[in-house]
Amino acid sequence: MLSIKDLHASIQGKEILRGLSLEVKAGEVHAIMGPNGSGKSTLASVLTGRDLFEVTHGEITFEGQDIGEWAPEDRARAGIFLGFQYPIEIPGVSMTNFMRTALNETRKAQNLEPLSSKEFLQRMREKKELVEIDSKLTNRSVNEGFSGGEKKRNEIFQMAMLEPKLAILDETDSGLDIDALRIVANGVNRLKTPENATIVITHYQRLLDYIIPDFVHVLYEGRIVMSAGKELALELEEKGYDWIKKQVDNPLITL
Amino acid sequence: MEKDQDIILNEVTQSEYKYGFVTDIESDSIPKGLNEEVIRLISEKKNEPEWMLEFRLKAFAHWKTMKNPNWAMLKIPEIDYQDIVYYSAPKQKKQLNSLDEVDPELLDTFNKLGIPLEEQKLLTGVAVDAVMDSVSVKTTFKKNLADLGIIFCSFSEAVQEYPDLVKKYMGTVVPYRDNYFAALNSAVFSDGSFVYIPKGVRCPMELSTYFRINAANTGQFERTLIVADDDSYVSYLEGCTAPMRDENQLHAAIVEIIALENAEVKYSTVQNWYPGDKDGKGGIYNFVTKRGLCKGRNSKISWTQVETGSAITWKYPSCILKGDDSIAEFYSVAVTNNHQQADTGTKMIHLGKNTKSTIVSKGISAGKSNNSYRGLVRVAKNASNARNFSQCDSLLLGDQCGAHTFPYLEVDNSSAIVEHEATTSKIGEDQIFYCNQRGISTEDAIGLIVNGYAKEVINQLPMEFAVEAQKLLQISLEGSVG
Repeated sequence: MLSIKDLHASIQGKEILRGLSLEVKAGEVHAIMGPNGSGKSTLASVLTGRDLFEVTHGEITFEGQDIGEWAPEDRARAGIFLGFQYPIEIPGVSMTNFMRTALNETRKAQNLEPLSSKEFLQRMREKKELVEIDSKLTNRSVNEGFSGGEKKRNEIFQMAMLEPKLAILDETDSGLDIDALRIVANGVNRLKTPENATIVITHYQRLLDYIIPDFVHVLYEGRIVMSAGKELALELEEKGYDWIKKQVDNPLITL
Repeated sequence: MEKDQDIILNEVTQSEYKYGFVTDIESDSIPKGLNEEVIRLISEKKNEPEWMLEFRLKAFAHWKTMKNPNWAMLKIPEIDYQDIVYYSAPKQKKQLNSLDEVDPELLDTFNKLGIPLEEQKLLTGVAVDAVMDSVSVKTTFKKNLADLGIIFCSFSEAVQEYPDLVKKYMGTVVPYRDNYFAALNSAVFSDGSFVYIPKGVRCPMELSTYFRINAANTGQFERTLIVADDDSYVSYLEGCTAPMRDENQLHAAIVEIIALENAEVKYSTVQNWYPGDKDGKGGIYNFVTKRGLCKGRNSKISWTQVETGSAITWKYPSCILKGDDSIAEFYSVAVTNNHQQADTGTKMIHLGKNTKSTIVSKGISAGKSNNSYRGLVRVAKNASNARNFSQCDSLLLGDQCGAHTFPYLEVDNSSAIVEHEATTSKIGEDQIFYCNQRGISTEDAIGLIVNGYAKEVINQLPMEFAVEAQKLLQISLEGSVG
């Protein structure tokens, strides 16, 4: 589904990603972990086409197409969804109107008819239940005045509405208490199908108690330095990121 | 990144003006220039009674003693008042069988503007007075309204048919001495609408006037007078467009509203005069005096305006709250793009007791434009328990535009409560990216955000026009964001 080859990206001349490669197939859950500043959020931004970042080298293919030059909205319509670490407030724009525009634009790109009001509201209801989001939130302006937890739940709700092929969840666990974390993780798990894939970006292992990854990758200084199964997350938790740093910086010691 | 954003902003705000076509129709125009002769000629063409000509001449004499106002935050190039045609009427080509018949060419023009004048094709519930250049072309549903005693006709017709009403109210809210452009209008005004709602009648349809400037080098000076008698109600809407021309054209109108006891008047404007091209060439100068008088006890006047057009807008729809317990409202969205300038706002003059006014102003600036809110709230000595709430918000798109707020307060009664809130915000790159990431294009994202921002005002418009206004906001900003 997603193939990243030797990706280099920089912001204002400073290189953040330095040769990152990753393969994600349908039905898989990948966790990307790493210390602060390792490039986790940059990866999310670059994959979704944010123009703050410049891709200087490498290739991103999604469903067989090179999307490196695509506009953010085209990537979104093709089925790439980003759960934001810090969801943005848009005053005055109702969640309903926002979601309806987003959904119908995406459907248009897939040559589908827009949903009728009835169908749309029906879908809203279903998905709200699925992700256990408070009905009142969708009557308000996009993220305006939402608490941290509400914002994150709202991201999962949008993901449920849009049914992306690839969901990238950027630090979705940050700022969540344990109950909110469970609700968000349940939402993600329920949305999982053999046809879609998820990339979970996280600093801590605790989210991975709820969303069980097939693969765990460790990102350090802009590259994936270690990949393994879900047990890697536990090992990291135990030994800390210093263990990775030592391994990468002085490979001879551990060898 | 900022550069990219500017590029996108530019693209979004530079769409073509949709109503820029010219109707190729012969017109009956008088020569350029302004003097007593011209005023006599206009009056003669309209077959006016002596008292009307006198009014015009007095106004003209006064105008000559006045100077162009220059206190607004506007750069107004010098206007040569001798270089303007003050009367131009489209010539109806063929011999018409009845008074109600209209030249197909003119019907076509209004069809193109989305204002069909055949009654069966009209939006149900909306009566239209269509004004092209200096004359009213047609007023629809006149007969249906007349059955209820409602008068809805062109101003010229009112002068002929209802001289007593016109004499009684004209100039009582906006006297010809009021300001430079009001004096000019009083001297040379051509046509406009006249509305009278009799006692106890709730007007069952929206009344609307559509103003169109067609002829070149012509100024439009319309005059509208709305009188709502005791216990009556009317909702009135005004729309306007003009062809794209390289020269600037002057539009100086007067609107007077009088609300008697327990009467309510809602006046909505969707102003879309040609704004000039993206380099600031051409466009309409929109210098308008609009004022309502809440004359009777418990009367209510509400102004709603969506201002997207004109090269320069100078306009302050105001209310005088004379009757005790009267209510006045002003809701405004003003968009400026490219090189447009707007200095607009309101005046709320509290004279009666327990009077209440509300001001909600939303400015949106893009391109290299300048957008100012200017508002006065005055509470007179005897206006005990007056209340005012003002909210002035500015939204900036890009970093080359300006937003300014000039609130004035004059309170002479210690029981008054006056509140003022103001905010300035910018559409952020992060907001646009967030929308993009959900599959929404940048243009649509700006449309969503701007309409969300202006919602409070748009919601005040009659339903049929709210949708139009929303589209218009988006089109006006097309080419402004990236």
